[in-house]
Amino acid sequence: MKILVPVKRVIDHNVKIRVKTDGSGVDLANVKMSMNPFDEIAVEEAIRLKEAGKADEVVVVSIGPAQAQDVLRTALAMGADRAILITVDGTVEPLTVAKLLKGVAENEQPGLVILGKQAIDDDANQTGQMLAALLGWSQATFASRIDLGADRAKVTREVDGGLQVIDVRLPAIMTADLRLNQPRYASLPNIMKAKKKPLEQKTPQDFGVTVEARLRVLRTEEPAVRQGGIKVANTAELFDKLKNEAGVI
Amino acid sequence: MFTTQDHEEIREAVRKLCERYPAEYWRELDVKRAYPEAFVNALTEAGYLATLIPEEYGGSGLTLSAAAAVLEEIHRSGGNGGACHAQMYVMGTVLRHGSEAQKQKYLPGIASGDLRMQAFGVTEPTSGTDTTSIRTFARREGEHYVVSGQKIWTSRAEHSDLMLLLARTTLKDEVAKKTDGLSVFILDMREARGSGLSIRPIRTMMNHATTEVFFDNVKVPAENLIGEEGKGFRYILSGMNAERILIAAECVGDAKWLIEKAAGYAKERHVFGRPIGANQGIQFPIARSYANMRAAELMVREAIRLYEAGENCGAEANMAKLLAADASNEAANAAIQTHGGFGFAEEYDVERKFRETRLYQVAPISTNLILSYISEHVLGMPRSY
Repeated sequence: MKILVPVKRVIDHNVKIRVKTDGSGVDLANVKMSMNPFDEIAVEEAIRLKEAGKADEVVVVSIGPAQAQDVLRTALAMGADRAILITVDGTVEPLTVAKLLKGVAENEQPGLVILGKQAIDDDANQTGQMLAALLGWSQATFASRIDLGADRAKVTREVDGGLQVIDVRLPAIMTADLRLNQPRYASLPNIMKAKKKPLEQKTPQDFGVTVEARLRVLRTEEPAVRQGGIKVANTAELFDKLKNEAGVI
Repeated sequence: MFTTQDHEEIREAVRKLCERYPAEYWRELDVKRAYPEAFVNALTEAGYLATLIPEEYGGSGLTLSAAAAVLEEIHRSGGNGGACHAQMYVMGTVLRHGSEAQKQKYLPGIASGDLRMQAFGVTEPTSGTDTTSIRTFARREGEHYVVSGQKIWTSRAEHSDLMLLLARTTLKDEVAKKTDGLSVFILDMREARGSGLSIRPIRTMMNHATTEVFFDNVKVPAENLIGEEGKGFRYILSGMNAERILIAAECVGDAKWLIEKAAGYAKERHVFGRPIGANQGIQFPIARSYANMRAAELMVREAIRLYEAGENCGAEANMAKLLAADASNEAANAAIQTHGGFGFAEEYDVERKFRETRLYQVAPISTNLILSYISEHVLGMPRSY
């Protein structure tokens, strides 16, 4: 079975994000970029499934600028077999991403597509679901455990208040939640091998998809600065404040 | 804050590995004076300590710049490569001067980490940097050499299987040139411990696993002699430039960590209603150490460029070590001063780094000896020692 894993290049999770002064978006100039952490979990899961003998090829795909090659190389260094880069400059909305991925899935015919549940830049959490709808495949989102069989899979999902186990038919779309696994760091020999693995370049036209903007960003602003707390002298004062100031009891 | 650099994919992977060994890990080891076994194993398994070993012997066959990037990133992440950096470069003497049989026997094990070769027995209590005056003697008896003497400041001897040992095979007053009559051996300490070899740890101001080593008629098979008898001094000199460059890279990493820590604290810490970093008295020492770190970093790159081109990099390797050690020392001072009282608290990790960086004013070569080298070999002034 072939597993397809889409990966997105986003602002590194350690970077302190700054909003542009005109409010049109966040500042990306000279900012460190990395693979979306949820996508890293998806790559890890695919590689583990291959190592367990349940899959025979892991293909990673990224949609973004030429520099997205870096995140594909990272995925190849972790253990993916080959990569596809669909070069697009500027913002690509989830529906466009899903349409492009549909094209890739039709070409590649994977038994399973694992995506990160969302990207940490826009937190849209839409691509996996849209892709499932476009392909008409089963979907299992927010996976914290995947038990892959030959033509079906049991997926444990993290839902409000607990865990839900569902059984889906393959081919399927799954999205990785935080607790699915802890991604590996690349070893030096694998980093060297990754440089020689195939990376295929594509354009949206190859899939007959037009990149268009359906959404307009009106404003981007920083979260309100958190106000400092106060210390209360005793429980009586605490109750008084909760009741009369906060109005929560 | 810091510019993009070479080997970005390697740096990125090393940073990820180091994230699993956060400040608490190093803090706890420091208190217990314990060896970072888990960290060293992770680094070994991921192949980073075999960066410089050729692919035919199981390593990655990369050049010095890659090894420097690995060590810099370890220190840049707040960790310390001192526990294992020698595994990267001590084998260089075997690689360059050893026989094919020795390379086949040892290098694959060193590359996989099954064999640790990270002890380098050179310094002695009575000779210090005056290496040709060492007294440890190896006398030939049939198919063996029999070694007697003592080494000091032998780092990681308790955590190493093999030691690269420098000993006299001809007395100093019996050779024409004092650099003659020294020989290098691969000493298998697993066999030698209990048959004449004893190792005593020395407690120091930081957690560095250093020791003194005693040799009481320790037998070393003659086949473990590297190259020709009596020419060992030349063999070890060739490895010292690499050592200096790699340790300079570690100092650059330390300086970056300390500068980031100090600048970060200066921005966050509010006293008198504003961040302390608004005061030039706080800003300038951090800014100056940044400038000096960058200058050191450029010298490290220049030394690497010459080393990789196969040119003589003695002066640049020494100056890289001098400037980088000074930069990390200065950054450590600035970081402590910026943190005020908190700089002395273990939980801020600054005091630990302060202690760790101080070592590189002294080891592996003292700053004064570097200045003497520049004075004599670069500027042509009279020899001072």
